[in-house]
Amino acid sequence: MEESIYDKYEPVIGLEVHSQLLTNSKAFCSDPIEYGALPNTQVGVISLGHPGTLPFHNKAAVDLSIKMGLACNCHIREVNHYARKNYFYADLPKGYQITQDKTPICFDGFIDITTKDGVTKRIGIERIHMEEDSGKSMHDQDVFDSLIDYNRAGTPLMEIVTHPDFRTGEEAYAYISLIRQMVRYLDISDGNMEEGSLRCDANISVRIKGVEKFGTKVEVKNMNSMRNVQRAIDFEIKRQIDLIEAGETIISDTRTFDAQKNLTISMRSKEAANDYRYFPEPDLPPLMVGRDWVARIKEQMPELPAQLAARLIEEYNITAYDAQVITELKETAYYFLEICKHTNNYKSAANWLMGAVKNYMNQQAVELKDFPLKAAQLAEIIKLIDDGKLSNSAASQVLFPAFCNKPESNAAALAQELNLIQESDEGSIKPMVEAVLAAWPDKIMEYKAGKKNLMGLFVGEVMKRSQGKADPKLTNKLLMELLDN
Amino acid sequence: MEITNDAIDKLAHLARLEFNGADKESIKQDLTQITAFCEKLNEIDTTGVEPLIYMSTETNILRDDIIVEEITHAEALKNAPKKDSDYFRVPKFLDK
Repeated sequence: MEESIYDKYEPVIGLEVHSQLLTNSKAFCSDPIEYGALPNTQVGVISLGHPGTLPFHNKAAVDLSIKMGLACNCHIREVNHYARKNYFYADLPKGYQITQDKTPICFDGFIDITTKDGVTKRIGIERIHMEEDSGKSMHDQDVFDSLIDYNRAGTPLMEIVTHPDFRTGEEAYAYISLIRQMVRYLDISDGNMEEGSLRCDANISVRIKGVEKFGTKVEVKNMNSMRNVQRAIDFEIKRQIDLIEAGETIISDTRTFDAQKNLTISMRSKEAANDYRYFPEPDLPPLMVGRDWVARIKEQMPELPAQLAARLIEEYNITAYDAQVITELKETAYYFLEICKHTNNYKSAANWLMGAVKNYMNQQAVELKDFPLKAAQLAEIIKLIDDGKLSNSAASQVLFPAFCNKPESNAAALAQELNLIQESDEGSIKPMVEAVLAAWPDKIMEYKAGKKNLMGLFVGEVMKRSQGKADPKLTNKLLMELLDN
Repeated sequence: MEITNDAIDKLAHLARLEFNGADKESIKQDLTQITAFCEKLNEIDTTGVEPLIYMSTETNILRDDIIVEEITHAEALKNAPKKDSDYFRVPKFLDK
């Protein structure tokens, strides 16, 4: 059977994620960092690698790396050294990259991922180390020359390396989603894979199930979206198994993912394999991270998405599904908490956020930060409904869109202006109820004889007379009183 | 340690240098001497001795995350052997 061939094998995958850090200035000098700036305008003598210059490490880059380490349950290293990774490439002006080789600042941690079928799996984090980004080269702008932009050179990076704990592309997808969510919650990075602030490389091998020894490892790069990480891994697993089944051997090489063609292509040139000749960076003195430093970062740590979701379920009594949807983005979660400061109807807050607000954002193609209503204003709408002054449908179909166009107003005033406020005092509804009953004497008989679903008809008639403004709850109550007597 | 022609070729490649003929012989001799000189250190027992990485005892020389723009775009490009108004230009090193 065709399928069973793949079932014989166990893929083994480890991921290396590079994340740019959200600092103002570069890792080892004070150049600004701004994505999309004009080429070679965010450079200085240090980032250009001029002779005689000396690097100074940005404290904020260390802080952010420690933060990620703590979030990944890592140990934080006390004595850190920097290293030089040597290679010649035109976008690396110094001829070496400053990195950490033998002493990554964070090590031996883990995070728990959840795949889409709800299965949770623990992924070991081998290390997180600090380093710097290279510049950018463009090869297709000119016939003879490559063009180099050094704006990115020296941007602080952290590299998160996992143990080879993944078995499927889907697990890798769940991991990279979680990492992106974490760096965004922690304000470590904007986590944008398309712009390259988050990048993922995968080491992939396959072995026959039950065999201890790893197969030959292939590295896949250039997977510039989360979906592509999964697709590239799935393709590469199949490619390797097909090769082995055809009696061929896997060559240990570096491959790039072509998203259009949905396949991986060897990047290997005829050149000898890389030899980075790591050695200690003598220009940077050792970095000592004491317990007080770690404690300070720990204090600044906001709640992580998983913790926050658990708290929403526990304290706000919303469903696990709602909690998961709301905590997907930090902005949404914080907006929810803000609404809940102004209302006790948490369930309604969640529904509004995931319903009307989400629809509005989708339709207008805006993010929550550009959503016109403040959390307190959304709570005003919820209060009007809860007080029986506004029907749900009038709130979502009429008041909400009008309010979004006029956010300087307030919900009560606007509802009044739009003539949406329900009649909720007995004095004004009772005459209408009586009038309706007077008009349908035969239906009253039927009702009393047991046809209880006629209640809907009576309520509907009262609604008609009130032009939809009678509070349905109160109308019901009054009808019952009169009918059951 | 014997420095072979292969070792010279590998080192030359990593350093993006080229050695041929007499040059190759000459660099081979130089490297042989240098490694022989360094091998002298192997005579000392360094068991239990921490590697010496830094000549000073300073630690944590860090800077605050503050932007200082030291040079202009024009100054950045000034010393480049080849450039245009925006970019550094280098011989094409990857054909795709």
